[in-house]
Amino acid sequence: MLIDDSDRRLLRQLIATPEASTADVAARAGLTEATCWRRLERLRGAGILRGQRAVINWRALGYEVEVSLRITLDKTNPRAFDDFIAAARLVPEVLEIQTFLGRVDVRLNVIARDMAHYQQIYRDRILPLPHIADLEALMHLSDIKSAESLPL
Amino acid sequence: MIALDEIDRAILRALAEDATQSAGALGRKLGLSQPATWRRIKRLRDEGAIAGQRLDLDLAALGFGVTVFLGISLAAKGRVSLPDFERAVAAIPEVQTVQHVLGLYDYRLRVVARDLSDFERVWRRRIMTLPGVGGVDANVLLSEERLAGPL
Repeated sequence: MLIDDSDRRLLRQLIATPEASTADVAARAGLTEATCWRRLERLRGAGILRGQRAVINWRALGYEVEVSLRITLDKTNPRAFDDFIAAARLVPEVLEIQTFLGRVDVRLNVIARDMAHYQQIYRDRILPLPHIADLEALMHLSDIKSAESLPL
Repeated sequence: MIALDEIDRAILRALAEDATQSAGALGRKLGLSQPATWRRIKRLRDEGAIAGQRLDLDLAALGFGVTVFLGISLAAKGRVSLPDFERAVAAIPEVQTVQHVLGLYDYRLRVVARDLSDFERVWRRRIMTLPGVGGVDANVLLSEERLAGPL
């Protein structure tokens, strides 16, 4: 499906304020509400707009620590990626699993209530994950930009 | 910290999947009345358990074929103004997220581009010219999944 300038305007507005009503988004994108609604349906139908997800504020739920774990796998084992990812999915505190081409193979985003809780997750759940060759941690301090905007 | 019961957790799990569903539809799934569901959603929002919404877009279908994560370390720490760097990096349209981190790097960036040559343009013109950039490490995203988390 090809998208045109109206779709781009619509998506820009929707990315900026996902909670706004269709009427509001339509007005700001310079479209009628009916057109806006039809275009959104078309974007959903084509699989371009896959959904709108609520973002959970983990800090408000008592998870003060967020760590990005960058992992190198032992790639001599052909099942290293599959085994590792399947096992990582079972750790409840893992929020994101990403795979990369580059110096790092996999990254896990892990949250914990505090440093003691993090240490416990790290020792009991992360280190036993299969095929880890090397691992380094980045402690998350703050979000400077998190809108996931797009240069549409 | 917000105290959650099992129903609150179920509501958060459901909204993290689809934030557009109505209180009525969500209540039916959970065996709860529309007003009771609405009150719970309102409380979760008011108390900050829900930070907002995020669009889940097929970036490749929109013409953004490449996502790269950059780890940036600042040169000559202490002499670089962090606010200056942060303002400049957040203003780059291709930069989707910026996180201040502690560890091997100072900042973690998520960058989208149309293809690798478009990424090279962003890299040369926008990233390498940022005030105070020292080392940069790049990893091209191959796959990504987001999980429900401890709810």
